[in-house]
Amino acid sequence: MANNIQLPDSLLIKNYVEGDESALTILINRHQSKIFGFIYSKISDRDISNDIFQDTFIKVIKTLKSRAYNEEGKFLPWVMRIAHNLIIDHFRKNKKMPMYRETEEFSIFSIMSDDSLTIENQIIKDQVEIDVKKLIEELPADQKEVLMMRMYQDMSFKEISEITGVSINTALGRMRYALMNMRKVIEKHQIVLTN
Amino acid sequence: MAKIYSTKIVANKALKPKKETVSFLLNYSKALSIIKVKSFSFEIMAN
Repeated sequence: MANNIQLPDSLLIKNYVEGDESALTILINRHQSKIFGFIYSKISDRDISNDIFQDTFIKVIKTLKSRAYNEEGKFLPWVMRIAHNLIIDHFRKNKKMPMYRETEEFSIFSIMSDDSLTIENQIIKDQVEIDVKKLIEELPADQKEVLMMRMYQDMSFKEISEITGVSINTALGRMRYALMNMRKVIEKHQIVLTN
Repeated sequence: MAKIYSTKIVANKALKPKKETVSFLLNYSKALSIIKVKSFSFEIMAN
């Protein structure tokens, strides 16, 4: 038995096909970690992985016993291919993608999050926007015009200056004064504009 | 003292199937004989 461990896969397969059952024991012991690890990496469920491992070797045994296996020194890749096909069959049967179970070391929620606002936060956001619009309405016309073009129409200061017929520096200055005036009103009336 | 920033290995490297699974396979192999007659293949389970 100890000598058999050193035997190559091809010889063990030949012995097994000729009736030496111990050769299969060596083959399974030799490759079980790689094959089971491969299945488990895709399935992430020990019980299902054991089932697929078992089905894989049932196919292997049947193929070898029916002498349908053509030894080309690629026993492990061949077994891996069978396991791979059975994994695909498993997902097809369940009609779903791999499921990740929550473990102590990995939580699916650590990489997944819902970025949309809650209903409460959405209401607050809407209210803040209404308040800001009211503040803008209070601004002098020239400042309001620049601010609306910049913030709501997403125009560049160059475009604003062309449309309003003032220099870029004047447009920048009006924007600056608009923001300063809004800040003053916010501070004066202690308006809270945070979500 | 250098800090180790490498992440923890989630999966155990030495993953192995259950002993029962391997035992089942070895018994299944011992019990199974396949006989081919012309184009037919017969599976016989010695129980």
